[in-house]
Amino acid sequence: MMRETAADAIADGAAAPQLPGGVGGGRRPGDDGGRANPGYGRATPFWFLAPAVLVLLAIGIYPTIFAVVTSFRRYNITRPREGFGFVGLENYIGVLGDQTFWATLGLTARFFLTVIPFQLGFGIAIALLLHRPGWGLLRSLARVSLVVPLATTYAVVGLIGRLVFNRDFGVANQFLNAVGIGGFDWLGSPSGAFAAIAIMDIWQWTPFCALIFLAGLSMVPVEIEEAARLETPSKLALLRHVQLPYLLPGLTAVLILRSADVLKLFDMVFVMTRGGPGAATDLVSVYIQRVGFRVFDMGTASAQALLLLVMTIILSRLYIKLLYREIE
Amino acid sequence: MHSPPARALHGLGLTLVIGFALFPFYWMVSSSLKDQTDLLASPPVWIFRPTLAHYAEIFADQKVLDAIINSLIVATSTTALAVGLGAPAAYALARFEFRGKSDLWFWFISNRMISPIVLALPVYLLALQVNLLDTHLVLILIYLTFNLPIVVWICTDQFRSIPKELEQAARLDGARQFMIFRKIYVPLGLPGIAVSAIFSFIFSWNELLYALVLTRRSVQTAPVVATSFMSGYELPWGKIMATGTVIVLPVTIFALLVSRHMVRGLTMGATK
Repeated sequence: MMRETAADAIADGAAAPQLPGGVGGGRRPGDDGGRANPGYGRATPFWFLAPAVLVLLAIGIYPTIFAVVTSFRRYNITRPREGFGFVGLENYIGVLGDQTFWATLGLTARFFLTVIPFQLGFGIAIALLLHRPGWGLLRSLARVSLVVPLATTYAVVGLIGRLVFNRDFGVANQFLNAVGIGGFDWLGSPSGAFAAIAIMDIWQWTPFCALIFLAGLSMVPVEIEEAARLETPSKLALLRHVQLPYLLPGLTAVLILRSADVLKLFDMVFVMTRGGPGAATDLVSVYIQRVGFRVFDMGTASAQALLLLVMTIILSRLYIKLLYREIE
Repeated sequence: MHSPPARALHGLGLTLVIGFALFPFYWMVSSSLKDQTDLLASPPVWIFRPTLAHYAEIFADQKVLDAIINSLIVATSTTALAVGLGAPAAYALARFEFRGKSDLWFWFISNRMISPIVLALPVYLLALQVNLLDTHLVLILIYLTFNLPIVVWICTDQFRSIPKELEQAARLDGARQFMIFRKIYVPLGLPGIAVSAIFSFIFSWNELLYALVLTRRSVQTAPVVATSFMSGYELPWGKIMATGTVIVLPVTIFALLVSRHMVRGLTMGATK
């Protein structure tokens, strides 16, 4: 019974908007008006989708609902005697008035604004270097080497950071000494620790930007690029008037994905600094983890996490709206 | 076409890019080969007599071996499940029209962006209630929240590129839908399925937050154990870097195999 209603609901949607086809190819001329696969039983797509959807519901949506319920409770598991009673909006009011929470969000925003100019700037520069003809082998090598930071386990990035930025035997201070700047207690000072996690993030994610921009550059039709090169000797004019339009979708993707990534940044920072010294690197996900799993105040942590979820959903709607245009 | 100085600058720039991308990796590997005296040398030494002592040490350490086996079990199982559940769903998304398809699609994509801390809290409490903390199963299941969307996305794209005529011909021959999927889409879509499996494996292998909060002693994964060495006064840097190398090396090789798809995998295909 259930099955039939659900199947009906999904099967009679032949007029539903043509979908992410969008992402890949869009509609091809030969398509018969949206009904891509005539002749299948009405329940067929349901059976192919049901396992994946049910599993995601069980492991994604059900815990989220549980978190919503928890966020309305007093839920400190180190103090079971107080009980887990409902307290209405108390947790949310507490979080909204919690200066530390806002400070961690502010710090997360500052972190994003610190790393993103470097990632965009280096990213475009690297993409242009890789796009330019000549040095075939070296270029392929550079391209392949960009994959290494992206694949490196985030926790291990943090471990490497601990070693590289060590005050006494870290290689970062050796580089600074080489250019005449004295040793620096990177991880022991607030601004040094912030700079250190920013540098590791810039290292890990600049290749991501570079590869996205490179993909954009290679979308410029060859004839147009050649013609423009003959018209003007200026590389800057070429970049601005010919290549930039092809870079913009990638730029949007980078900005949204990176802000979502910074909101969830945990592994590397946790390993490198645990949010310290003081609160110098206490990004929002690191802070919520501590409230939940060090203080064990699950009610408050759930409320914080759900506020974070709302921000993420806004970001992802924005992402879909701006980047998957065919869907609209 | 290019003047010699410009060409030299281009070459220099590319060399710098390679140095920038590989330096931390190089530093980790070279540190794992230094003995303790060289490791603590100030300023750090670049030329030294390499030793494999730290590798001998970690491969004799049951804790590290168990952690690697745990990571392998979790990453392989979750990848197999993600492909088994995701590929059929991708087929439906690629070839059928139905109501709610775009919402379903958006939901899959949103999962890419959600902070693990959002789910880590409730999943911890739920797992605590049903005694699933510190089991492989809880990690295998929770990793599906990010693996399944990736598999679905990459496979949908791949299946869409398979000519529909094949499917229509098979249907005229009386083949049932699941047969069509198994005999046509799975074999022809295998490259995409393999790429999505590799991504799924890399992301699961690299994960720390869930593994940190949902495991205790018996199911600690490799990143958790590597992180756990970071305590005490004198840190065993050689051991830490050797463990790091052992963790990173296999996924780096996998990533190089799928390097052409790296951007699509990380953006859920929003840019080509």
